[in-house]
Amino acid sequence: MPPAVGGGLAGSELRPRRGRCGSQAARAVGPDVATEATARSPKRPAPSSRRFEAPGRWALLALVTLMSFATRFHRLDQPPHICWDETHFGKMGSYYINRTFFFDVHPPLGKMLIGLAGYLSGYDGTFLFQKPGDKYEHHSYLGMRGFCAFLGALLIPFAYLTVLELSQSLPAALLTAALLTFDTGCLTLSQYILLDPILMFFIMAAMLSMVKYNSCANRPFSAPWWLWLSLTGVNLAGALGVKFVGLFIILQVGWNTLSDLWHLFGDLSISMVTVGKHLTARILCLIVLPLALYTATYAVHFMVLNKSGPGDGFFSSAFQARLSGNNLHNASIPEHLAYGSVITVKSARMAVGYLHSHGHLYPEGIGARQQQVTTYLHKDYNNLWIIKKHNTNSDPLDPSLPVEFVRHGDVIRLEHKETSRNLHSHYHEAPLTRKHYQVTGYGINGTGDSNDFWRIEVVNRKFGNRIKVLRSRIRLIHLVTGCVLGSSGKVLPKWAWEQLEVTCTPYLKETLNSIWNVEDHINPKLPNISLDVLQPSFPEIMLEAHMVMIRGNNGLKPKDNEFTSKPWHWPINYQGLRFSGINDTDFRVYLLGNPVVWWLNLLSIALYLLSGSIFAVAAQRGARLPAEVEGLSQVLLQGGGQLLLGWMIHYFPFFLMGRILYFHHYFPAMLFSSMLTGLLWDTLLRLCAWSLASFSLAGHVHALGILSLLLGIAYSFYLFHPLAYGMVGPLAQDPRSPMAGLRWLESWDF
Amino acid sequence: MLGFLQRPVVVTADINLNVVALTAVGLLSRLWQLAYPRAVVFDEVYYGQYISFYMKRIFFLDGSGPPFGHMLLALGGYLGGFDGNFLWNRIGAEYSTNVPVWSLRLLPALAGALSVPMAYQIVWELGFSHCAAVGAALLILIENALITQSRLMLLESVLIFFNLLAVLSYLKFFNSQKHGPFSPSWWFWLMLTGVACSCAVGIKYVGVFTYFLVLGVAAVHAWHLIGDQALSNARVLCHLLARAVALLVTPVLVYLLFFYVHLLLLCRSGPHDQIMSSAFQASLEGGLARITQGQPLEVAYGSQVTLKNVFGQPVPCWLHSHQSTYPMIYENGRGSSHQQQVTCYPFKDVNNWWIVKDPGRHQLVVNNPPRPVRHGDIVQLVHGMTTRLLNTHDVAAPLSPHSQEVSCYIDYNVSMPAQNLWRLDIVNRESDRDVWKTILSEVRFVHVNTSAILKLSGAPLPDWGFRQLEVVGEKLSRGYHGSTVWNVEEHRYGRRAGGEGAGAALAYADGRQQEPQLRGQWRMLTVRSDDSEHKYSSTPLDWVTLDTNIAYWLHPRTSAQIHLLGNVVIWASASLATLVYALLFIWYLFRRRRRVCDLPEDCWLRWVLAGALCAGGWAVNYVPFFMMEKTLFLYHYLPALAFQILLLPVVLEHVSDHLCRYGALAATPPWGAGSRGVLNGDSSVMQMGLGSQKRHKQGSTGVQRRRLTKAGGRGRRLMCT
Repeated sequence: MPPAVGGGLAGSELRPRRGRCGSQAARAVGPDVATEATARSPKRPAPSSRRFEAPGRWALLALVTLMSFATRFHRLDQPPHICWDETHFGKMGSYYINRTFFFDVHPPLGKMLIGLAGYLSGYDGTFLFQKPGDKYEHHSYLGMRGFCAFLGALLIPFAYLTVLELSQSLPAALLTAALLTFDTGCLTLSQYILLDPILMFFIMAAMLSMVKYNSCANRPFSAPWWLWLSLTGVNLAGALGVKFVGLFIILQVGWNTLSDLWHLFGDLSISMVTVGKHLTARILCLIVLPLALYTATYAVHFMVLNKSGPGDGFFSSAFQARLSGNNLHNASIPEHLAYGSVITVKSARMAVGYLHSHGHLYPEGIGARQQQVTTYLHKDYNNLWIIKKHNTNSDPLDPSLPVEFVRHGDVIRLEHKETSRNLHSHYHEAPLTRKHYQVTGYGINGTGDSNDFWRIEVVNRKFGNRIKVLRSRIRLIHLVTGCVLGSSGKVLPKWAWEQLEVTCTPYLKETLNSIWNVEDHINPKLPNISLDVLQPSFPEIMLEAHMVMIRGNNGLKPKDNEFTSKPWHWPINYQGLRFSGINDTDFRVYLLGNPVVWWLNLLSIALYLLSGSIFAVAAQRGARLPAEVEGLSQVLLQGGGQLLLGWMIHYFPFFLMGRILYFHHYFPAMLFSSMLTGLLWDTLLRLCAWSLASFSLAGHVHALGILSLLLGIAYSFYLFHPLAYGMVGPLAQDPRSPMAGLRWLESWDF
Repeated sequence: MLGFLQRPVVVTADINLNVVALTAVGLLSRLWQLAYPRAVVFDEVYYGQYISFYMKRIFFLDGSGPPFGHMLLALGGYLGGFDGNFLWNRIGAEYSTNVPVWSLRLLPALAGALSVPMAYQIVWELGFSHCAAVGAALLILIENALITQSRLMLLESVLIFFNLLAVLSYLKFFNSQKHGPFSPSWWFWLMLTGVACSCAVGIKYVGVFTYFLVLGVAAVHAWHLIGDQALSNARVLCHLLARAVALLVTPVLVYLLFFYVHLLLLCRSGPHDQIMSSAFQASLEGGLARITQGQPLEVAYGSQVTLKNVFGQPVPCWLHSHQSTYPMIYENGRGSSHQQQVTCYPFKDVNNWWIVKDPGRHQLVVNNPPRPVRHGDIVQLVHGMTTRLLNTHDVAAPLSPHSQEVSCYIDYNVSMPAQNLWRLDIVNRESDRDVWKTILSEVRFVHVNTSAILKLSGAPLPDWGFRQLEVVGEKLSRGYHGSTVWNVEEHRYGRRAGGEGAGAALAYADGRQQEPQLRGQWRMLTVRSDDSEHKYSSTPLDWVTLDTNIAYWLHPRTSAQIHLLGNVVIWASASLATLVYALLFIWYLFRRRRRVCDLPEDCWLRWVLAGALCAGGWAVNYVPFFMMEKTLFLYHYLPALAFQILLLPVVLEHVSDHLCRYGALAATPPWGAGSRGVLNGDSSVMQMGLGSQKRHKQGSTGVQRRRLTKAGGRGRRLMCT
């Protein structure tokens, strides 16, 4: 028997192999069904061919892997310039190599791996990754692309093995592998320096190990069982460490584990002690282990990135103190606020910045025509304020006077150092948030009126306490109107240089908007202390990093009137993403799924729902199915059910997300959908073959069906491959273009 | 036939005095001094304006909810003879004498009062004792947050009423399933479930969660029905079809009916016209219809038109041009063509008029007979006031540099030729030779030279453009998007043409029912409320702990006040009951899984159903608020609270029956006296000699059922099968 495709087809006639770990399907069907099914098979393989079975399987797996690597690595160096988001992730890889601190909305593992791959392949981190289209020139970029392509290529053997495990059918697995190998979208997404191949690698690896460990359920606590269980945990940590959408696969594994435990719990032949052991094993491998690994990635992240960089401003003052090069690093400042201190005041809300004023007035018609007060993200002399007593104007820095500390509950005046105007508020509406009061700079040389008086309060402290630099979270309450100084986070128009609005809010709800902390502190009369005592602990850093990331993710809102990708666009392959090039002279790469594959997937989901519900209702009605059909329906309901669940978990949550969405978010779901397609068509064709068993050619229905599907998919790939491997020349509207006639939807712009 | 001669005509009725008494007390608590205070209280200021709109029959759309609730309130106004003349602008304003305060507040109060006996019925139908049922009703009765909310012109009490009605009628239906499927009462309760669900959704969108809950429970029951092999396939199919019709089709139809009635009632033009399509606006009395009346339908060469953008975001506006030119150099240093500005302007203006011109001819008047413009024709658009032609060219637009600038062409003689030909693309055409119709046709203008599409970018221009909205030529069109589509709103034929062609009056009637309904729906879901801060706003976590209140009203002189504040005891004990239920449920579930049955089978099923409906009703009405971004208030919690309160007596009865007596009953025979006395003594079902016998039957079977379960279930551990 030839080991290649033919071997696969012949192998399809074989019923489940009882390996070290029996398969789910085999367990469900039972040995008698398996033998009966083998007996029913029209072309029953001779016993001698069993010797070739195992090598044939290995050869087939090797072939699938080879095809996948060949397609992924073909023309990997093209185009030799930055494509699409490579500009972000390549840059972040460089940051790791240069050890400069940065901020990103995704967890660090993926970018760390990219950085590592670059480092090992001799990339020195000097390329700037400024914008898409920049040429790489002499910089070595292939290592990073190669790493991503390697992980992307591994998806296909993983999918192959998963489907094989779920269905025990080689043709189903082969069909899945073909769908994914010949999908231009998966191919394109695997070829560049992106997080997605890494994410999908971990998702698929977690899925595979979960399925494998399910198959080992009849031999619990054996070595393979432990191996697959802990591998599942490791991959879960990986998936979550690359992007937060890794949470979806965690949900899936969690659901699987719960139902598994529920099953064990209901099995009266298992003692409670054993159930307890099972539970502990899962807690260890699926909760403790991933959490430890996930935390470890952060530990590495913060250890590697120890230089000040572009991400500093997103984090709190205490956090910045640990970055070398930041002016808070190794700084020493007085610990407690005293009258006469020169300070900067930072909003506790992330990415809002410092309380700021400058020598410009609010324009006509916007509140009182007094000096503007804003928040500003960058460090600047105009951020400096002097704390003064509300009732005297004597210079507190006069050395003859004793130092007087500011205490919680004191009434103070904040004088802007550069312009000598007082922080002031009054009953005029704020420029943008109409329900709040305007905040201005008022007075001449520190002499204003009673609207300049603020009561300083520390959150959760008793009256009379001193106020600590960096650590104390303070609120400034306007004495006359009773409102609280806050930043609304809204961007002011051009007249305020697009800085952020500061208001005095009459709603006394405690929100981060109205909480501030003192960052810089200059007072020559006080002794300086080192900031090292303020260094946050690792859990605090973790927590803060997550808060900043979540806020960053929520902040990625689509702008009005922007064409955005909607989740319902994705499965119908409505619109692609332009990776590189627009005009007909450019080298163009367009991320778009192979429409044949995608539409087949879509059709398969509908077919699956239909056939699945027919089988489910039949079972519920107590219909007695023939053993062969019963086995197939078990494969369809259990194996297919897991894949359908995977697709749903990786797709539907996007409908609830408020952040901006892109087409490539669908690809993890697409992997599951392709696996479902492979499994479904194999099962349906087997059912066909079974129902036509009385006809002479019936046995070939299955083989022919699979073969034609494979050929059709391969041909569609031949048609659409320029999308992934790059097109030069006229656009698709032009009949001379290689893509002429293939623009089946008007929304595809290639 | 003449049976009445042999036997006397006997009409027997059971009147449950409990229910009567509860209803009476409920009415008393909700209706007493209903018209006090004679002032606008809190959100009455908001609902009141819609009532006025209904009374004056002015079209409006409320962004926050469907119209059924407003209609119900308006019904009260109609019954009280309200003329709609009241200025709803300030909380605390005194009502003028023409406002029938009592009847306006009557319907919510009635709904709140009827919730009391319904709570009784629900607990009873769930299979618990009269004692528990009375307890549930009393708790609903004395919950002051519910009383406050019911006594004002607000919608929560009506929503709670329909939520409870949906659950109650489903339970009635489910209980009659055993005795008489397909009997009239079975049908009645089934249909009522669907109708009540859609009423709840029609009042506030959050009603949809209760609908989903009922659907979910019905689906589980239907699944069990499928598994019932005693039924034939055909009968199962009939059951499923009946449920599908009642619970899926009917609610949708009823929901659409609300909109139909809404549109039927409101036939006058009003402040919300602008967000609707031109076709719909033209169907309202006054407003646009006054202008469009008798306009010619078909746009012809020489027609004078105004072009409205279909997308209408950020504001609805018309294609506009004026004398001013684009500044030579923008603020950021980029250059422009310095030609005449083309913008989108949100107000009616003489500069919004354009003339459709045939590129081959010079005249700007309509021929006789008029030559209609068809899909695919090449046209020029002449700005009426300046007679310049609409033009676009490869110059970056002022604010969207990736798109082309659109201008009215001025020949500066600088080798920048006019490119003013546009191909007309009717988006909603039926054939490829469709005629461009006023209002009805949605058209795109495709530039002939560059194939750019005329588009509203929506960005407001700086001062040089008078803050009007930017219009650009979009080079890369990505399918259909409203901002590239325009429709003719006002239309007249150029003068000197005979008036004969104008006779074809517009036939808008067909656009009246289905399409605006859908559009209104869509707009309603997409209209965003912006300001999310309020003095009394709160977060869902504050609700459970009752850490918030709302000051509804304050008398300006006497300082008399109304506050929305729950009864702390009820809130805390209801939350505790939910917790106890959850823990017990998990405990029983785990034990059952190990084949240890603490509860007999039907007692367990009762326990699960009560939890699914009461705890489930609480959860579905509460948890989604965590994900909502709108401003939240304490009153949003009330529907959830109503369900949670029902759970309290259920849990209490369960605990007293099955847990507290466990120790004692282990010693005495399980069928000992126990709570029997309570059961019989409490069943104050009194025979009055009127009405049907049915209720009595059900009652007694209920008692029997319970007797059996109690006898078997208490104090013994059974091994489940």
